[in-house]
Amino acid sequence: MHPPHRRRLVVIGNGMAGMRTVEELLARCPAGYAITVFGDEPLVNYNRIMLSSVLAGDKSAEEIAINAHSWYEENGLTLHAGDAVLSICRKTRTVTSASGHTVPYDKLLIATGSKPLMPPLPGIELPGVVAFRQMSDVQAMLETAQTKRRAAVIGGGLLGLEAAWGLKRRGMDVAVAHLMPSLMERQLDREAAALLQRELTERGLHFFMNAQSEEILGETRAEGLLFADGRSVPADLVVVATGIRPNVALAKACGLDINRGIAVGNGMETSDPDIYAVGECVEHGGQTFGLVAPLWEQAKVCAARLAGDATASYTTPPLSTRLKITGIDVFSAGQLATQSDDDSELVLRDSGRGVYRKLILREGRLVGAVMYGDVAESGWYFELIRNHSDISPFRDRILLGRALSHACAHDKDMETDVADLSDDTQICGCNGISKGAIAAAIKSKQLTTLNEVRAHTKASASCGQCTSAVQAILAHVTGAAAPLPETMCGCTDLSHDAVRKEILTQKLKTQEMVFSALAWRSADGCAKCRPALNYYLLCAWPGEYVDDSRSRFVNERLHANIQKDGTYSVIPRMWGGLTNPAELRAIAAAAEKHGVPAVKVTGGQRIDLLGVPKERLPAIWADLNAAGLVSGHAYGKSLRTVKTCVGSEWCRFGTQDSTGLGVKLEKMTWGSWTPHKFKMAVSGCPRNCAEASIKDFGIVCVEGGYDIMVGGNGGIEVRVTDQLTRAVSEEEVMEFCAAFLQLYREEARYLERTAPWVERMGIAYVKKRLVDDAAGRKALAGRFAHAQRYSQDDPWFERAGRGADAHEFKSLAVVE
Amino acid sequence: MSAWIEIGKLDDIPIRGSRIVETPAGQLALFRTSDDGVFALVNRCPHRGGPLSEGLVSGKVVVCPLHGWTIDLESGSATAPDEGCTPRMTVRVENGRLWLPSGGTFPHDP
Repeated sequence: MHPPHRRRLVVIGNGMAGMRTVEELLARCPAGYAITVFGDEPLVNYNRIMLSSVLAGDKSAEEIAINAHSWYEENGLTLHAGDAVLSICRKTRTVTSASGHTVPYDKLLIATGSKPLMPPLPGIELPGVVAFRQMSDVQAMLETAQTKRRAAVIGGGLLGLEAAWGLKRRGMDVAVAHLMPSLMERQLDREAAALLQRELTERGLHFFMNAQSEEILGETRAEGLLFADGRSVPADLVVVATGIRPNVALAKACGLDINRGIAVGNGMETSDPDIYAVGECVEHGGQTFGLVAPLWEQAKVCAARLAGDATASYTTPPLSTRLKITGIDVFSAGQLATQSDDDSELVLRDSGRGVYRKLILREGRLVGAVMYGDVAESGWYFELIRNHSDISPFRDRILLGRALSHACAHDKDMETDVADLSDDTQICGCNGISKGAIAAAIKSKQLTTLNEVRAHTKASASCGQCTSAVQAILAHVTGAAAPLPETMCGCTDLSHDAVRKEILTQKLKTQEMVFSALAWRSADGCAKCRPALNYYLLCAWPGEYVDDSRSRFVNERLHANIQKDGTYSVIPRMWGGLTNPAELRAIAAAAEKHGVPAVKVTGGQRIDLLGVPKERLPAIWADLNAAGLVSGHAYGKSLRTVKTCVGSEWCRFGTQDSTGLGVKLEKMTWGSWTPHKFKMAVSGCPRNCAEASIKDFGIVCVEGGYDIMVGGNGGIEVRVTDQLTRAVSEEEVMEFCAAFLQLYREEARYLERTAPWVERMGIAYVKKRLVDDAAGRKALAGRFAHAQRYSQDDPWFERAGRGADAHEFKSLAVVE
Repeated sequence: MSAWIEIGKLDDIPIRGSRIVETPAGQLALFRTSDDGVFALVNRCPHRGGPLSEGLVSGKVVVCPLHGWTIDLESGSATAPDEGCTPRMTVRVENGRLWLPSGGTFPHDP
């Protein structure tokens, strides 16, 4: 079989816009295109914005690389770095490079960026004159800075000032020549610019304002700069930072429509529908681009179009500017000044602290902000500008920032807290979803329930910690309170608790019986309900229900933890955290024999062998089994570990044999399936070295007894255990442990840890069932013991020693 | 399509399960649904490249084990709201035996 025919995408330009487009495309459709990238710089792509940080010595060249060579390889990209494309032939649909490569394309992406604008000054071609655009420019500047002392920068804009500051940091005397009377006049008003100039002057930069450069002086290399008014400044290095112009040469030569940049439509397509263009080389709606935010947006739209989404459409987002000079905080967005008498200007000036803040208001909305010195509120102002928010309720306080603007408005509840968050605020840490993304999805897709929001945004769909915040956003956006998710999944209208009740009362003993008796909407359930039903049936009918491996997540089906690269981790059980030289030798030998790339001590007092390919799992398990090691169930919604301290056997503070008790507890409970993972610990004294107070079931030994603690969690949301009772003997501890586990197994919902379950039921309920009701406790412990008769077979031995599920570990066929 | 290669039996794939076929172009995942439909997809989730063969199969979808994307077995497309596609391949089932096209390409590549 030959490799699949894939459409060919050729990308001209290995810069930020081009590669972001490729990244977005790979994320959407990893196998959709065979991609070839040409870049004229002999480097992998790097973050051009950070060149000034390299110049200033804040970052190294390596640190600003975006994608390493390995990234290109891993994603199957063909990279021709240092090989400029010379021509595009639209007739044959090929591009030809300087080194003679001719590469055909089905789709072509032009991302050739921009070139520095070099004014036609006499002497501009002299050695010692550089632009500030590429890594090679920075290298030339750094080389000069080692041997020469004086530099002049033409251009007092963002880039020119960053270049000047970088050279100053490298020890040069730096003069800045600016054509206008005020620095960064496109981003700053006069007042902020004056503050900036004052501060930079104090830091040692020299300024020539209203300075029209006329000639670069020098015979064999740059020696100085002459201005039209007769002033001059000596300089061994002249940096030209007067602006950029789109690099359109290739596009022009092949006949594409060009204005100032390559003309593109809303889908980033050029006048040839098979050729796209993004970044600083394009012109969209009469506008060209030099800031990064619109580039990202263009990349997203272009990738969507390449992936076949014809609806993706580009509009330029509102822009803001910040200067990257350490210790100088400047921000601007939107209008810099009032445009008519209807506009208002609000100004806060603290000359002592060097703080300046100006806001431009129009019809009750914020349309511009200029800030100097303290820019902490810039995110909020920018958000108000982008959202066209009505600011009239707090107009009198808006200059003071967000907190004070809202302080007097009304009593805060969760909803207004959410309203105060900026759109960039990350709500869901697991999936990186911002408030803005959630709100946008709710609005555009008219979502009304938490489950819908989860499905569309993934927010709160992983760990669930942000659920209340997501619900608050839903309530805030829709203006209605959102009900908690009630149903088990889309296959039924019944809740988890209702389904469990029916399983028992109707004696439903297979998934098929559940589907038919409870009128499931889908013939074989879904990825949400099947694992839950499998657990509920296993718990309800131990020894009768046959575990359905196809209803288990991969980790529980393969008895190993899948890792991000598709390999697995193997963790043998170490009873109570105890091991011995023979076990350690066996683990070491297995790790060496199977080429395990990483060995890690876990938080649960065991050893993790990481990076084992699936087909090797049975072999490594067999070797571990031979030394008496069994599965640690580190992958399951099951009993995980029992962590212990050394206790009275060794420790001078120990009050009981915590290690021995831990081993007994683990021997009793291992192999048990539970609604979610279940961890235990036994500490030998109240110093609690085994951290029992953040475990699902923890024992803290005291003189003459054992404090039993339940419902702790050290994970995302730390919860300290509640005390259940104090037991007087190990036997009593064992009974409480079995009973608590069984109560949790029977009553908690699938994927509910003990911490939220105890909170939901209340510790008083748990005490009532386990402490007050001795007969009930014994019955629970009895049911646990019964279930354990069917669960304590080592799953590794089943597979490695008895050949169970052999098909799971080898491929069906190999086709040459 | 000129030639077909026999790669195994229908019963080699567990119901609501998957098996892998190694090809020079990478791994293919063959899925068997509860109604004995067989589907072949490139074994890479369009999201982060997760092994779809290890996902849960129900109806005519598989859920990627890494981050829960739901991929339609018939089209290879991610189910809304996710967006992306995994290339798929024709697989022929005759008399309980499975056949893949040989010497050819992925006919349904997007």
